[in-house]
Amino acid sequence: MDAIILQILNGLDKGSAYALIALGLTLIFGTLGVVNFAHGALFMIGAFCAVTLSKILNLSFETVDASQTDFLGNPLKVKTPYVMEWFGPETGAAIIDWSVPLAILFSIPIMVAFGFIMERGLIKHFYKREHADQILVTFGLAIVLQEVVKYFFGANPIPTGAPDVFKGSFDFGVMLGFDPNAIIYPYWRLVYFGFSALVIGGVFAFLQFTTFGMVVRAGMADRETVGLLGINIDRRFTIMFGIAAAVAGVAGVMYAPINSPNYHMGMDFLVLSFVVVVVGGMGSLPGAVLAGFLLGILESFASMNFVKELIPGIDQIIIYVVAIIILLTRPRGLMGRKGVMEE
Amino acid sequence: MGILEVKDVGKRFGGLQALGDVNLSIKENTVHAIIGPNGAGKSTLLNCLVGKLIPDTGSVMFDGQSVLGRTPYEINQMGISRVFQTPEIFTELSVLENMMIPCFAKRDGSFRMHAFENMLNEKEIVERAEAMLEEMNMADKRDMHAGAMSRGDKRRLEIGMCLAQEPRLLLLDEPTAGMARADTNNTIDLLKQISDERDITIAIIEHDMHVVFSLAQRITVLAQGTPLVEDNPENIKGHPKVREAYLGESA
Amino acid sequence: MLGLNKKDTSLMILVAVLALCAPFILNPFPEGSAMAQFNAGYPDLMQRFVIFGIFAIGFNILFGLTGYLSFGHAAFLGVGSYSVVWMYKLLNYNILPGLVLSVLTAGLFALLIGYVSLRRSGIYFSILTLAFAQMSFNLAYSVLTPITNGETGLQVYTNDAQIFLGDGPTSPHLFGIVMNKSADLNIGAWEFTFNNGYYFCAIVMLVMFYLSIRIFRSPFGMMLRAIKSNQTRLNYTGLNPRPYALAAFVISGMYAGLAGGLMASMDPLAGAERMQWTASGEVVLMTILGGTGTLIGPVLGAGFIKYFENIFSKINDTILHQWFAFLPDGLENFMVFIVHPFIGKGWHLTLGILFMLVVIFLPGGLVEGGQRLKRAFGGKDAGKDKPDASTEPAE
Repeated sequence: MDAIILQILNGLDKGSAYALIALGLTLIFGTLGVVNFAHGALFMIGAFCAVTLSKILNLSFETVDASQTDFLGNPLKVKTPYVMEWFGPETGAAIIDWSVPLAILFSIPIMVAFGFIMERGLIKHFYKREHADQILVTFGLAIVLQEVVKYFFGANPIPTGAPDVFKGSFDFGVMLGFDPNAIIYPYWRLVYFGFSALVIGGVFAFLQFTTFGMVVRAGMADRETVGLLGINIDRRFTIMFGIAAAVAGVAGVMYAPINSPNYHMGMDFLVLSFVVVVVGGMGSLPGAVLAGFLLGILESFASMNFVKELIPGIDQIIIYVVAIIILLTRPRGLMGRKGVMEE
Repeated sequence: MGILEVKDVGKRFGGLQALGDVNLSIKENTVHAIIGPNGAGKSTLLNCLVGKLIPDTGSVMFDGQSVLGRTPYEINQMGISRVFQTPEIFTELSVLENMMIPCFAKRDGSFRMHAFENMLNEKEIVERAEAMLEEMNMADKRDMHAGAMSRGDKRRLEIGMCLAQEPRLLLLDEPTAGMARADTNNTIDLLKQISDERDITIAIIEHDMHVVFSLAQRITVLAQGTPLVEDNPENIKGHPKVREAYLGESA
Repeated sequence: MLGLNKKDTSLMILVAVLALCAPFILNPFPEGSAMAQFNAGYPDLMQRFVIFGIFAIGFNILFGLTGYLSFGHAAFLGVGSYSVVWMYKLLNYNILPGLVLSVLTAGLFALLIGYVSLRRSGIYFSILTLAFAQMSFNLAYSVLTPITNGETGLQVYTNDAQIFLGDGPTSPHLFGIVMNKSADLNIGAWEFTFNNGYYFCAIVMLVMFYLSIRIFRSPFGMMLRAIKSNQTRLNYTGLNPRPYALAAFVISGMYAGLAGGLMASMDPLAGAERMQWTASGEVVLMTILGGTGTLIGPVLGAGFIKYFENIFSKINDTILHQWFAFLPDGLENFMVFIVHPFIGKGWHLTLGILFMLVVIFLPGGLVEGGQRLKRAFGGKDAGKDKPDASTEPAE
C-alpha cells in the first residue's frame, strides 16, 4: 500500500511536467493547427532562464579583506555578490536562495516575447503548408535552439538548487499511519505539483471565463465561423502561442531543481509530450492534462521492482506501449474531439 | 428486381435520424435521380451505398450481393463507381497517369505487387487509358498536370476515370455543383452520351432541376430521411407533395 | 538499357561513373597543399557517403513516393548493424551472411512496425513510428543487453564462437577480400586511395539505386504516388492503399537494414545510439535537402551532409584566422568570432539552420535548386515544367 502511494506521488511531478508541455502543444495545435516540434525546446529554454537568473544574481565583485589571510599569507580576496551589496547581506542571500521561483517572473516576459517572435517570424508562414513541413521546420528550430544553448552553457548539466526551505523531504508515511520513512517525498516536488496544478487551473480559467478565452475556444471548434463574425482570430491565436510558450517556460523553470538542466532535456521531454498529446487527443486540453498525469504515474508504477521483475524492461517502454494501444483502438485519443485529425 | 436494392435502411447520428426506412430500387440501364432539400439525407444515403458509412438497419444489395460491411475499394471492385461533389483526382499526377490507375485497378484487382515490372511494358494499359482520354475529348491534355486543369476538365477526367473501370453502376454526387452554365450543359451532354452508348446504370444526386429533368428517367424525392415519392419526371413535376416539400421552396 | 528509358539510363551511368571514380573526383587537391583539407577521397568518408546514400534512397521510397513521414527508420539501421555483428560472433568475419540477415531482420521488423503504424496516417503515423523506434532504442539499452551489449555496444570478443573462422581474416571480409585494405596510387603530388570496402559499398549502392529507379518507374511506384496525391480517390477506384504503403515501408526498412549492415561491415561494431530518433531525423534531412521524391536527391543530400559534417568538424579557429588573414585585424577577429559557433563542434547548429532554410525556401531541395539555376541561366528547359509522358514521372 505504502509503495503504491509512493509511486503515485513519484509519478505526479513527471506527470505535471508532461501535462504542462502537452497543454501548450495541444493549445498550439488546436488554435493554429500547427504541429510544434520545438515545444520541448521552449521547456528547455525555461529551465535555462532559471540557470541564467541564478548566474546573474551570483555576479560578484572582489574585495580584499585585510583581516584574513590565505594559506600563503596574502590578504584574502572575498567575492561578494552585487545583490548582497545592494540589498544587504541577509536580503541578498535570500534573493539568491530564491532564484528559481524568482526566475518565473524573469522568464514569463522572455518566453512570451520568444513565442511572439517565433509565431510571427516563422510559424505563421507554415499555416498553409503540410503537417510534414511544419514538423520539419520546427524540428530544425529545435536543433538550432538546443545547439545555441549548448554553445553558451556547455554540454554538462548545471545543478540549480531549490530554496533551502524546500530542500528536505516530507514524510507522508507518518501522516498516513505507515512506518516513518516509508513514503518520503521531497518538498520541492510537492511545490512543483502544486505549481503545475495552479498553472493548469489558471489556463483553464482564462479560457473559460474571459471573453478572450471564449473566442479562442470558439475558434478552436470552428475557425471559419468565428472568422466570419469579423473577429480577428489570428491575433488572438498569436497571443495564445505566446501563452503556450510561457507555460512551457515556467514548467521548465520550476523543473530545474528536480533535474539539472542540460541542453537536450527539451528533446527528451518532447517525444514523450507528443505521445501524451496523442493519447489525450489532439486539440483536447483536458485530455492533455489527464494523459500527462496518467502516463507519469503509469511510468512510475512500471519502474517498481516487482513489476520490472514480472515484465523486464517495462519501465522503459510503458508509455510507448500505452500510446500505441490507444492510437490503434481510439484514434481520437482519450478525449479528442470528433473530426480533429482523424484517419 | 433492380440492380441496386435498398431495403429499410436507417442511419442515426446521435439524436439525429439522418435516414429512416429508406426503400429504393434502381433499375438496370436507367438514369435515376435522387433529389431533396438540404439535409434530406441524400449524401448520407450515397455514403451508405459506397461503404463510407454503415447503416444501422436495413440492407443494400447490389446485383444480388450485399455491400454492407465491405470497404469502399471492395464495393468499387464489385462494379460501383463514384463521382464526388468536388472532383477527386490525383492532382500531382499527369492526366494520362490518372487514367491509367483505374485501368490497373480493373486488370489487377485491389492490390498487386508490381514493383519490378516495367511501365515501358504496359503498352496495353497505356493504350486503354489513351483511348479513354480520346473518348472524353481530352487527348490533347494527356501530359498535363491534372491539378492544373479547369474544374470542368477535372470533372470530365473524374467521370472518365470511373468509366475506365467499366462499372455497372455510376453514382454521381451533385456533379454540376458550382459549375458555370456552359460547363453544366457539357456535363449533361456527356452523361446523356454515356447512358446512351454504354451498358450502364446511373444514379445521380442533384440540386439543379434543369440537370435532373434533362437526364433522369426515374426520380426519387427524399425528405427528412425518407423517400417521399418515386415516379417518372412528368409526374414528379406535377406532384403536389413534392411541390410543397421541395420545388415550392426552391423553384 | 536494363529496362530503363534513355533519361534514366544516362542518370544511372552518371551515378555509376561518379561512384566508381570517387577516389579521383573527391581528391582534386594535391597532398600537402592548403586546399587538401577539402579533399574527401579517403575511405572512411567515402564509405559513409554511399552507406548513407543507400539509407536515404530507401527512405525516399517511402517518404518521397507515399508522403508517409517516418520518424523511426533509425531502428532498422540499428537492427541491420546488430545482425551483421552477430554473424561475425557466431560464424566468421565474412560479411555476406550478416548482410543477408540484416536485410531479412530489418524487413521483418518493418513488416511488424509498418503493419501497426500504417493503420494511421499523417502526424499519427509519424508519432507511432517514433514511439516504436524509441521503444527499440530503450530496450536495446536495457533488457536486451544480452543481445545488444547495452551501452558498450556489440562487438566481437576473442572467446566468441566464430565456428567458421579457421585461419581466415580477422576483420570483415567478403570471401577473403578484406574490407579495410586499400591500394594507394601516387601521381605527382596527388595521392589516391582505392579501398575494398568503399568499392563494395559503392557497388551495393549502385544496385540499390538501380532498384529504386525501377520501383519509381513501375506501376507500383505510380500507385505509391497516387497514395500521396489522393487516398480517397484511390479507395474509390477499387485499390487498397494499405498493402501498397506497407510494401513501400518494408522495402525502405530493408534498405535501412542493409545500410546498417554495411556500417558494421566496414567497422565491426554496433551500438544502440544508431537507433536514436535524432538518427532518424538525419535521414529525413538528407532526403529533403537533396530533393524528396526525386531519384538522385537522396544520394546528393547524403553526400552533401556527410561531406560538410566532415569539413566543418575539422575547421578550427586557427584555420579561420588563416582564411580571414587578408582583413584588417579587428575585422578578422570579428569574422572569426561570428563564424566560430558554426564550426567544429558547432556543426549541428549549422545543420539545424540549413535544415530550416531548406524547408522554408527550397522545399524541393538541391534538385529543385539546380533546376531553378538552370532555368535562370540556361533558359533552355524553362518550359519543361510539366511532367513528362506518363511513364516518366518528373525526376
